[in-house]
Amino acid sequence: MAKRAAPEINAGSMADIAFLLLIFFLVTTTMDVDTGITRKLPPPVENKNENVDVKDRNVLKVLINSHDLLLVNGKPGNVSNLAEKVKDFMAIHLNNKAYPEVQEKYIPELGKKVLMTKGIISLKNDRGTSYEMYIKVQNELARAFNDMKDEQSLKYYGIKYDQLMDDKKVKIINKLVPVRVSEAEPENVGGQ
Amino acid sequence: MRENTLLVRVKLPEATEVQKLEKKSLVSYIYIGEPVNQTLYGNNSRIQLNDAYATVGDIQQFVVKERQARNEADRKLLTTSLKVDMNTKMGIVTDVKQQLRKANALKINYSTRKVIRK
Repeated sequence: MAKRAAPEINAGSMADIAFLLLIFFLVTTTMDVDTGITRKLPPPVENKNENVDVKDRNVLKVLINSHDLLLVNGKPGNVSNLAEKVKDFMAIHLNNKAYPEVQEKYIPELGKKVLMTKGIISLKNDRGTSYEMYIKVQNELARAFNDMKDEQSLKYYGIKYDQLMDDKKVKIINKLVPVRVSEAEPENVGGQ
Repeated sequence: MRENTLLVRVKLPEATEVQKLEKKSLVSYIYIGEPVNQTLYGNNSRIQLNDAYATVGDIQQFVVKERQARNEADRKLLTTSLKVDMNTKMGIVTDVKQQLRKANALKINYSTRKVIRK
């Protein structure tokens, strides 16, 4: 009888199995990245009666009631055009009483004076407002300010704000476009 | 990979203008939403800190504890991430925000799902 060769394991499909495992783990692993809208809360007030006096024309009042309806400076508003309204309000309008005051401000990093609006957005919501609506409004406000930052960034550096790599440049743009959103002390009108 | 088991249902709202939360070790989480087990806990929105339900009054202490757990240099960089269900009423969220103000935890992040801007 001739001596039989020891049978070998067929390893041809080893690569396929390895690939299959690789793809399985690629698909099942989730690195959940946390994303969100970052905001800074105002520091606690010691004296409740102390009110900061801001001229009426400098404030854009955004109110959300308990039925998730918007009121923008006394007129019913819409989430879809809120960003446009904010941008229009915060733009520089010289000698126009309908828009906020404009002041010259010296920016040391740029070495020159820049016209800046004194406008401020006041956001007020009811206790009965839904969180979803609140975030929608916050998102629109953030969009307006991000667009304004993009504008300034394009003007000075020729690229969009989120593509700025230099921390110094980011700081300058943030100085030129401060996110001026104030949140009023909460109120309970519509009930919960 | 989540540190806490959720006792409240949190469906995050959507937003386009989101930033990434960096340095996970410097983030503390507050969850707000309806309890998962509604037969046991009802369907009023509740706050969850760490692994248990909490009340608005517990938040200041929570912040102090979170702060103590970090080393001194990192303390002022601590961000509070609010993971709030989209159907929650603002009342409870406002209460939490007021407590955070009192506790001097001023950096907050409204956690949202990212959607692409149209």
